[in-house]
Amino acid sequence: MDFLIMNEGFPLLSTLVFLPLAGAFILLFLPGENTQRIWTTLVTIVTAVLSFPLYSGFDSTTAKYQFGEHMSWIPSLNINYTLGIDGISLLLVLLTTFIMPLCVVGSWTYIQKRVKEFMICLLIMETAMLGVFMALDFVLFYVLWEAMLIPMYLLIGVWGGPRKIYASIKFFLYTLAGSVMLLVAIIALYLHTGTFSIPTMMGQDYSTTMQIWVFLAFFLAFAIKVPMFPFHTWLPAAHVEAPTAGSVILASILLKMGTYGFLRFCLPITPLATLSLGPYILWMSIAAILYGGFTALAQSDMKKLIAYSSVGHMGFVTLGIFFLNQQGLEGAILQMINHGVTTGALFLCVGMMYERTHSREIADHSGIAQNVPIFVSFLTVFSLSSLAFPATNSFVGEFLVLAGAFSENKIIAGAAIPGAILAAAYMMRLLQHVLFRGPGRPDLADLNIREIATLAPLLFFVFWIGLAPEPFLSVLHTSVGYLLQQVDVAQSAHMAAMMLP
Amino acid sequence: MLFAPELLLLIGSLVLFGVCLGQGNGKLAKNISLALAVALGVLSVVTLQSKGNMFFDAYRIDLFSQIFKLGISLGLVAVLVFGSELKGLNKEMRPEYYLFMILSTLGLVFLVSSVELITMFVALELSSYSLYLMVPMRDDHSGLRVQMEAAIKYVLFGVLSTGTMLYGMSFIFGMTGTTYFDQLVPKMHMLSGSPTAMLAIALFMSGLFYKLAVFPFHFWVPDVYQGASNATTAFIASIPKLGAVAILVRITTLVAPDAGESVVNMLMVLAVCSMFYGNLSALVQTDVKRMLGFSGISHAGFVLLGLLTLKETGFATSMYYIAGYLFMNLACFLVICKVSENGENVKIADLSGLYKRAPLLAFTLLVGMMALAGIPPFVGFMGKFMLLTGALNEGHLSLVILAALNTAIAIYYYLSVVRVAFCSDPEERPDVQVDIMTRLVSISLIAVIIFMGVAPKQLLAIASSAVRSLL
Repeated sequence: MDFLIMNEGFPLLSTLVFLPLAGAFILLFLPGENTQRIWTTLVTIVTAVLSFPLYSGFDSTTAKYQFGEHMSWIPSLNINYTLGIDGISLLLVLLTTFIMPLCVVGSWTYIQKRVKEFMICLLIMETAMLGVFMALDFVLFYVLWEAMLIPMYLLIGVWGGPRKIYASIKFFLYTLAGSVMLLVAIIALYLHTGTFSIPTMMGQDYSTTMQIWVFLAFFLAFAIKVPMFPFHTWLPAAHVEAPTAGSVILASILLKMGTYGFLRFCLPITPLATLSLGPYILWMSIAAILYGGFTALAQSDMKKLIAYSSVGHMGFVTLGIFFLNQQGLEGAILQMINHGVTTGALFLCVGMMYERTHSREIADHSGIAQNVPIFVSFLTVFSLSSLAFPATNSFVGEFLVLAGAFSENKIIAGAAIPGAILAAAYMMRLLQHVLFRGPGRPDLADLNIREIATLAPLLFFVFWIGLAPEPFLSVLHTSVGYLLQQVDVAQSAHMAAMMLP
Repeated sequence: MLFAPELLLLIGSLVLFGVCLGQGNGKLAKNISLALAVALGVLSVVTLQSKGNMFFDAYRIDLFSQIFKLGISLGLVAVLVFGSELKGLNKEMRPEYYLFMILSTLGLVFLVSSVELITMFVALELSSYSLYLMVPMRDDHSGLRVQMEAAIKYVLFGVLSTGTMLYGMSFIFGMTGTTYFDQLVPKMHMLSGSPTAMLAIALFMSGLFYKLAVFPFHFWVPDVYQGASNATTAFIASIPKLGAVAILVRITTLVAPDAGESVVNMLMVLAVCSMFYGNLSALVQTDVKRMLGFSGISHAGFVLLGLLTLKETGFATSMYYIAGYLFMNLACFLVICKVSENGENVKIADLSGLYKRAPLLAFTLLVGMMALAGIPPFVGFMGKFMLLTGALNEGHLSLVILAALNTAIAIYYYLSVVRVAFCSDPEERPDVQVDIMTRLVSISLIAVIIFMGVAPKQLLAIASSAVRSLL
């Protein structure tokens, strides 16, 4: 247990995980749709507030997992309930607790039927998502990773758009098929180490062949979740059909689980495989960046446009991860947060307009700037953020990723540059239509206070991260450094073993 | 006291027999059966820790047997409650129906306690013959006499597998000169490696494979599931499988752990065939019961994964899995019984919009189907996970990969049921009325499925100590 700094006293992480679940249980017995909405908002806000001490109490000088909790769960198989966070998961946990209240408030009027069930699904999702980022036991991780599928399936399948059945089934099947082999890989690792503890699985001398197979099993599961280029086809369907809150959760948090999986499992558990297969993944990332950009350019549906832009943005994240240097990794993690903030905001924007016009077509919103100035101001800033305009959050992330990339391989890094230009092209195209083209829609009402309150915090973070990213980067340094060190140690140990006669 | 559960059922079936002689009061018979089932459960709990041999050591009461009796009684209570209306059954036949149901349960209760081959055989047949009679009791509302076809198939395949089982038993007796398990185990271990002994064990197992619906003894499953009334199918699909696993565990202990390669190989082939056959056939079904039948075949394949480890933990996991399967399956059949209006079969399309027509049933269906599919946090996942871990621990990597692939295949048809229930509109279909007792049962089933999935520690410990008493 030397990897874990135990939490003495109040079990903060468990509280964060189980509070939404308890809230969902109480919600079962609450009557009245408005009471249910207010209760859910309350629960998510309390969770968010409770998560602040994680940041203030976080010790950024150690790479160990903090706020640790450890309990025996199934002793016969040495399965434990272990929670803990390091710098990498800290930001993702905070992102989750921060996004969830916005999801609830954002679907205040969007969801009109079966409000209670909808809110219960959201709260169960929150529990599962927080658990995934905190779990330090592989079985616990897998249970929550899979358990998430059911509420997410219902979110898309029950409250989704016209093609919800197709979209929800595709989402479920894709994700489940991807993670089946993950389970086999987990069991294989367990038989090698005798434990399901994730930190203990790191830095073991697995044979190269085994690492390759385990890596491939991991990769399939996580690449589908990210999603990386050839595995992305579930994403546009799911995004387009999901209700706003579903799209936001998908884009802001679920996609991050894929890249989080790379960081938490692929790099430290199978470092040799990462080193030997990394270059291929870099090229896949380039493909994702370019493909996502070009496809987004051709969309006429705003949600689809943002969905494909996500493929491109997540390509930057994987690019940063697999160059395996400090700048690239920190940029990638920051970019994960940025994408969560920006894309979440964009989906909220589209959802707000959809409530008014019942359309997601760009053409139906042409020239609305004259009618809904507040909305368009928000949309403009978030679009600029999405294309990594300087002074916004994504600029910092993409800059770090590209800086890391150029220091390693100029060809691959150069190949990613058109992606940045494409991002500008498709976002400008969207803005141009919405701002200037067409007659406008005088019948539209501008954003109300609730909607402004939903978007304003996201706007705040866009500029905060864009102008002063240090508070976010500072918690990463040690953890990322340690992660790289783990890969280096494995590499040099392997080299040393090769040298021996 | 040791014999109390059995004695109770014996007396109860006599009383039921008396009820049958009269005008045929279905309601009274139902209440008696329900009381018997509850009392059986209570008595099994009371005798859980007791130990003892009876009837010249042919009959043993221990933790292993009493756990199975408890499982059987819980399943019986659930079936009796949600199948209480007996929609698909002629009014005059209802008392007899309950009589046979109790007799079949009695047979299973005898079966899990018997440690002697002839006793075992008699118990198995008592349970089977009662079931053979329950199948054709269904109303003939389709005019096609499907229930007769089902019954004939059930009997013929049953008799065939009984024959092979007896043949296997005769080999075992011929080689060892005894029919008592206590004496058989060491003798069979000494004989291990001899082809005759392996053949004998394989033949012996086939009788139970029939009950559990393992490929290639599964042919009766789809037709019987479809032909029998919904409540009967719920019974056949879940409770006898507990007995089958209990005896399969006993038979597997006859195989020496270090020399059972041929039996292990056989079990592996059967497991893979069952899983693929069951899952691939289930993909194209439109009748929910038929689909669950095929899914049952694939789950039987999963149960074999635990047996073929020939280890205590493997046996314990199989027990855990089949107990979980009992509850998941019952949850699904509860929904079928309630959705079916007049006892007709339920097509997948009939579940359309169930979440609007009966939210609790829809949720029960969701939990049941997702648990069967092996999605956490339900018991189906934990069971599969531990079975896979156990099998991989024995080095059966390819088997584990094939099993994992099957999980991915299976999700499609479970999900398509959930999809219809949650994502389609009910159209003209009426709301489903659910009585308070059924509500209670369905909530308890959901709770048990979740509880067994997230807190398997105690259950596994009990199952392990139960298995240890066999070895």
